[in-house]
Amino acid sequence: MLTRRQFLKVGLASGAVLAGAGWLALRQGRAPAPGFQWLDKRAAAIVAALVPVVLEDALPADGPARKEAVKEVVQAFDRAVSGLSPAVQEEIAQLFALLGLAAGRFIVAGVRSAWHEATPDEVHAFLRRWRTSRFGLLRAGCQALTQLLLAAWYGNPASWERIGYPGPPALDGRRG
Amino acid sequence: MIADPFREGIAAGWKTIDAATLDSDLRLEADVVVVGSGAGGGVTAEILAHAGLAVVIVEEGPLKSSADFRMREREAYPQLYQESAGRQTRDKAVTILQGRCVGGSTTVNWTSSFRTPPTTLAHWRAVHGIQGMGEADLAPWFARMEERLSIAPWPVPPNENNDILRRGCEKLGIAAAAIRRNVKGCWNLGYCGMGCPTNAKQSMLVTTIPAALAKGAVLVHRARLERLVASGDRIVEAQARGVAGSGSPPGVHRVRLVARHFVLAAGAIGSPAVLMRSALPDPGELVGRRTFLHPTVVSAALMPAPVKGYEGAPQTIYSDHFLDAVPVDGPVGFKLEAPPLHPILAGITLPGHGAGHAKWMKEFANLQVVIALLRDGFHPDSPGGRVRLRDDGSPELDYPIGAFLQDGIRRAYLAMAEIQFAAGASTVMPLHEDAAPVAGWPAAKAAIAGLSMVPLHPRVVSAHVMGGCPMGPDPRHALVDERGRHHHIANLSVHDGSVFPTSIGANPQLSIYAQAARMASELAAGLSPRSRA
Repeated sequence: MLTRRQFLKVGLASGAVLAGAGWLALRQGRAPAPGFQWLDKRAAAIVAALVPVVLEDALPADGPARKEAVKEVVQAFDRAVSGLSPAVQEEIAQLFALLGLAAGRFIVAGVRSAWHEATPDEVHAFLRRWRTSRFGLLRAGCQALTQLLLAAWYGNPASWERIGYPGPPALDGRRG
Repeated sequence: MIADPFREGIAAGWKTIDAATLDSDLRLEADVVVVGSGAGGGVTAEILAHAGLAVVIVEEGPLKSSADFRMREREAYPQLYQESAGRQTRDKAVTILQGRCVGGSTTVNWTSSFRTPPTTLAHWRAVHGIQGMGEADLAPWFARMEERLSIAPWPVPPNENNDILRRGCEKLGIAAAAIRRNVKGCWNLGYCGMGCPTNAKQSMLVTTIPAALAKGAVLVHRARLERLVASGDRIVEAQARGVAGSGSPPGVHRVRLVARHFVLAAGAIGSPAVLMRSALPDPGELVGRRTFLHPTVVSAALMPAPVKGYEGAPQTIYSDHFLDAVPVDGPVGFKLEAPPLHPILAGITLPGHGAGHAKWMKEFANLQVVIALLRDGFHPDSPGGRVRLRDDGSPELDYPIGAFLQDGIRRAYLAMAEIQFAAGASTVMPLHEDAAPVAGWPAAKAAIAGLSMVPLHPRVVSAHVMGGCPMGPDPRHALVDERGRHHHIANLSVHDGSVFPTSIGANPQLSIYAQAARMASELAAGLSPRSRA
């Protein structure tokens, strides 16, 4: 638990970083990385760092299947964000701009390493901290990231066998 | 073979226009423009078209029909729901499931059909001064819509998810009963929320809209209504633009709709948004205020045997025990139901991430889920939310969950857990960021008592948006009169869930159908082609 003094410090720093990130997001504009509709290079790296932590053993255990699943989750995440309203897309862009800044990653998310080098423990700790943060904005940020990832995976038929879901019944052949 | 009504109808000459593919501006004239094709707009369009009036229906969402409905969440949510089923309140504490397609929420709802509860109608009379809307006054309208939409008792035994709710209530001596459904020849598949693939659900998509189109109505879909243009106390024109999807910017070509009368039926977020964007008179500052959601909380249970909550009709059993146990204007009451379970909805609703989350998902087939829908809007401490416009003109609902509703959330968690344990659950978990699975009712009771109610800790969802354009006789407190006519604009009506002065206290589709039928019939009589100047 943070002391009041630490809380204020983190609060002020977060506010400053958030404002900076919003300004940056606006100024930089965003260009989707090759192969994506929405995610830019930096955001795609953050999503890739989150996938194995949020989905952990929900993903296939073995190498190639796991690698393919991670790739598909990042792509489905990209499609999902593109389907949100422009205003919400903008909020998510700001969230990624914040996490993409070294200062944001370090001060607000508490992750020391660059995203592509962050350990699962660091990423776990970040999500746990945000989930129960005193700041509604951070709680909402954590939920947005995890829910988009969970939707991206559980919409994929590759996830269904593990959870014992047989998939929708087949009606093809009876359709006009 | 399952025929697709729209593929056949369009081949037979129905007039539908996809505004997202226009290559020039479009101007249409009609007797009445109906904005929205959900429960309110669908019923209105059929009645007006049947009266011989020329009707144009404008719908923001796409025209998708049975041949497109493949029972896959990842296709259905972006295609058929507002913001890909991820619409949220301003602080992100409530996720709102709302249709965005031809047929509106009726295309994706779970078929639960209830008349407006008498306690709700009595409260409207006593507190909101609404006249002529008692149980007996409305009975013929309910009967008419029940017949039109095949609303009847469902003769098939409930699926296990619903039967567990029934058995748990029975064990505790709590009244539970069967839910009537608007279906005809239902296959009992359990995929109502992704668009009915067999056309069994009697949504607007397969009933009133086809009937209106057969009478010559024109359907303009993927068209977002931007504003109504007023001159004096009359609307002269509605302006829309094509829009491809929730995430897309509007197209360049304009759609101009000229008519004698305009009916707003864009839902309780959409209709206030149109009125605000149009800057129409609102001296009582009522538009978009007192918006209600039936805030809904969820309790998951692990059962010893498979539940398969994804199979079979959803929501066939309910209990009103916790609504009837409190005065309507007392501590908030709640209705209990058992929803369908599908991987994406379960995945995003179960709290947490990582191993803990994956462990629950692994038990997906044995998961039983009860939901509690809170009856908001009847107590002074339950003023609902407020729809505002963002800078880009899109609506956003600000709905703070205060202490009054927090108390109800806690009582609902307790009630659901006790029922689930009574039905044989081994473990119960309220869907809440801080909750841990607990074994046994005494432990659950203690754990629930200690849960934090900070926004975003309890998972709150809503599938029922109501209010924001309240009806009533007094223009100081109501935007429209009991006929749905705008108090300050002569040729504008509102026919959707936004006219309700409180929430309904039951799944609202039948309440909207009956009110729209009553309002549209009166409108048709006043506008009949014979009386045209």
